[in-house]
Amino acid sequence: MSEQDNTILRLPDQSTARVPKKNFITAEDGLLSWLLTGDHKRIAMLYLISITVFFFIGGAFAGLIRLELLTPQPDLVASDTYNKFFTMHGVIMVFLFLVPSVPATLGNFLIPIMLGARDLAFPKINLLSWYLYVVGGVMVLATMVLGGVDTGWTFTTPLSTHYLNTHVVTTAMAIFVAGFSSIFTGLNFIVTIHRMRCPGMTWFRMPLFVWAHYAASILMVLGTPVLAISLTLVALERLFGIGVFDPTKGGDPLLFQHLFWFYSHPAVYIMILPGMGVISEVISTFSRKRVFGYTAVAFSSVAIALFGFFVWEHHMFIMGVSNYSALVFSLLTMLVAVPSAIKIFNWSFTLQKGSITFETPMLYAFGFMGLFTIGGLTGVFLGSLGMDIHLTETYFIVAHFHFVMVGGMLMAFLSGVHFWWPKMTGRMYPETLSKMAAVVTFIGFNLTFLPQFILGYLGMPRRYHAYPPEFQILNVLSTAGATVLGIGYMLPILYLAWSLKYGPVAGDNPWQATGLEWQIQSPPLTENFTEIPIMDHEAYDYDWLEHKTKPEVTTVG
Amino acid sequence: MGISPVLWQFLVKWLTNSALFPPEASTVAPWMDSLYFFLLGMTATGLLLVGAIITIFSLRYRRSVHPVATQIEGSTLLEATWTIIPLGIFLVAFVWGALLYFRIYNPPVNSMNIYIVGKQWMWKAEHPGGQHEINALHVPTGQPVQLTMISQDVFHSFSIPAFRIKREVIPGRYSTVWFEATTPGEYHLFCTQYCGTNHSQMIGTITVLSPDDYKKWTEESTSGMSLAQNGERLFASMGCNACHSGNAAARGPSLAGVYGSTLQLTNGSQVQVNDAYLRDAILNPSEHVTAGYAPIMPTYQGQISEDGLIDLVEYLKTLHTNYRVQQTLTTPEADQASPPRSGAVKP
Repeated sequence: MSEQDNTILRLPDQSTARVPKKNFITAEDGLLSWLLTGDHKRIAMLYLISITVFFFIGGAFAGLIRLELLTPQPDLVASDTYNKFFTMHGVIMVFLFLVPSVPATLGNFLIPIMLGARDLAFPKINLLSWYLYVVGGVMVLATMVLGGVDTGWTFTTPLSTHYLNTHVVTTAMAIFVAGFSSIFTGLNFIVTIHRMRCPGMTWFRMPLFVWAHYAASILMVLGTPVLAISLTLVALERLFGIGVFDPTKGGDPLLFQHLFWFYSHPAVYIMILPGMGVISEVISTFSRKRVFGYTAVAFSSVAIALFGFFVWEHHMFIMGVSNYSALVFSLLTMLVAVPSAIKIFNWSFTLQKGSITFETPMLYAFGFMGLFTIGGLTGVFLGSLGMDIHLTETYFIVAHFHFVMVGGMLMAFLSGVHFWWPKMTGRMYPETLSKMAAVVTFIGFNLTFLPQFILGYLGMPRRYHAYPPEFQILNVLSTAGATVLGIGYMLPILYLAWSLKYGPVAGDNPWQATGLEWQIQSPPLTENFTEIPIMDHEAYDYDWLEHKTKPEVTTVG
Repeated sequence: MGISPVLWQFLVKWLTNSALFPPEASTVAPWMDSLYFFLLGMTATGLLLVGAIITIFSLRYRRSVHPVATQIEGSTLLEATWTIIPLGIFLVAFVWGALLYFRIYNPPVNSMNIYIVGKQWMWKAEHPGGQHEINALHVPTGQPVQLTMISQDVFHSFSIPAFRIKREVIPGRYSTVWFEATTPGEYHLFCTQYCGTNHSQMIGTITVLSPDDYKKWTEESTSGMSLAQNGERLFASMGCNACHSGNAAARGPSLAGVYGSTLQLTNGSQVQVNDAYLRDAILNPSEHVTAGYAPIMPTYQGQISEDGLIDLVEYLKTLHTNYRVQQTLTTPEADQASPPRSGAVKP
């Protein structure tokens, strides 16, 4: 069996191949040309750098948390410091990494190209969105330097409004500002998808990546304002004591949680849907097949977005809400689980009768499917009312959402970054090392978070600085896993940086993929297409790709 | 053997402490565990199924054995299958979970009531018989126990993993949960809602005793004053009896037998008098004026602790006649505040 049989990777002859001299990176020089750019690809790169910075800051806090939990005693740091650790970890990871991760980087880069457009509908708003993100991020960093905040990323009232003396208002405003960056991104995507599709690009010829982003954008635009409102109310309550959440003034402390989760539950779909879009592209490309049940996968994204708005109360089943409303929300929660199951099965059956290869993006995608299945099904535990009583607010919850967010979303993000890396930079990453990183991440992840399911059923509460000694073994395993996971995340940043200069030249379409983005040069020109393409085939049409005459010369100069 | 002593100790510790489940010490625990096993089974099946599909297809259709892909559009039958079967399983989880939820949150009528007050960062338990505990709770086996809980400051959450129960403890509102312990022993009590600096120190011990031991414990640890007796003292010292004297001409309504009755309010609504109503009526009287009375009662917000409110509520629960209110609850302030009128308190 030759090397050719195990990979679809086709790189141009390295002795003659060059990265095209004229591309969006080399189009203009100087820092200002980046900071004032309207090019969606450059903004995507700015986002990629900034979210990576925040990912490693958030990750450092995760490391400190795991280090403290190595022993049952509260011995590494003081309780207040520990509380700040998990708050900063949550705030940074949720609002500054997970929410913008795929949409603002890969989505920003790819959506116009996938639609055959030259840019997003509002390039300047796109740039503004990055600036808002940076302002929000700098405010969070300022909070961190000034002494941190210890509300937990959920800002539960009245703790956040009346009892803490940390920088709650600054953090709340930071998230308020960063929230607008997400609203603008969503708005831009919706308008672009509606108005800027190239001739022939009907809704059902769009790649599923675009469908997933469309669904996520609706959630961003409709959900984020509610988060902004609830955080503003927290700030007003703290500064002026308006009493909306204060029972002694006739307010209701539980109202805050309704408002907060009305955004923050859809937010998990904002985080996961774009990741699902990545998986659709990757699975199709590496099995050389159209995604099984294209319409089912497309509509399941929309169904998730729709149902996602009506399940928020499942975060509050034990909070003294009416038993009957809990019943309704539990039922809706069960319904929202179904579209995810549909997706998983459709991806699995995409493999059927394919011609499968196992490059790094595919390994990450397989990791996603396994871990997301566990993450999704453990969500059913928590949607089931009686079970939720025992499991909520324990490490089971922590394990569940890390399976969805880290096991699911982060795997999808890394899958996508590896998949489109040659398109974004024009160079390939080292394949063997990256496969190793994918495997290390998978092992480290499971070692970190599987023990936490058991800890949760044993009753260990989340956000505990100290814990009963009988929980130590499982915590040690979890911390050991976190170390492995840390290595798994450090590797890509090292070899991807290396590949920028030393990676093999990738050529236009190293994966033989069908998307419009693969039919143009890598890295693309600033205007993406020299002439607007005409979409005359379905998405994932591998026969079209095969019969396509190859007009583009891979190496121009 | 060259095994390092540290590793050896680790393995020994693991084998002796490798519990995968907390002890089952209440009547709902076996129910919860069977639902858990059902859901674990569902997860294992789903994972194995997806894993098997991926593995089999990966082996059969890998590029080296299947170089050319065959395009398939999709299959409505398969789509229907993997929509309906998961939905069916999820609905079983829904119904099962709902039954358990209603069981845990609807106390039986014969349950014994214990009050819990949560505050940063301790749990106070108040037994009606006058036993006060901090970060501890003693309960008998074979007797349903209802906990009526309230927080003095922020959200807390009262969790006993061995009983598989948990309930948020909310500022300004009573929440309840019940359990029936089955196995004597000592179990963990955790606060599971993040509540500030010492959240992880807001823990305690639940001691389950046999009924005989429990009886002995109650006798040995009572403060001598029941909650209702404390409440009566408060009722007098705060001057409540000056208006709520039960006389026909009194400025406030009689409170004898008020607990459990249905009241007509001046705003036209009807309310069932329960613990929560009594607490609200003391703190926000102007919103709870009984029909036929003037809204003259001042608010007691900030003047009385949650413990004191519990004492008053307990007192009003047991108040069936105004005899003691009229005969013995005279205080100097009450005498000065309301000079003798016709039908006033006799000396």
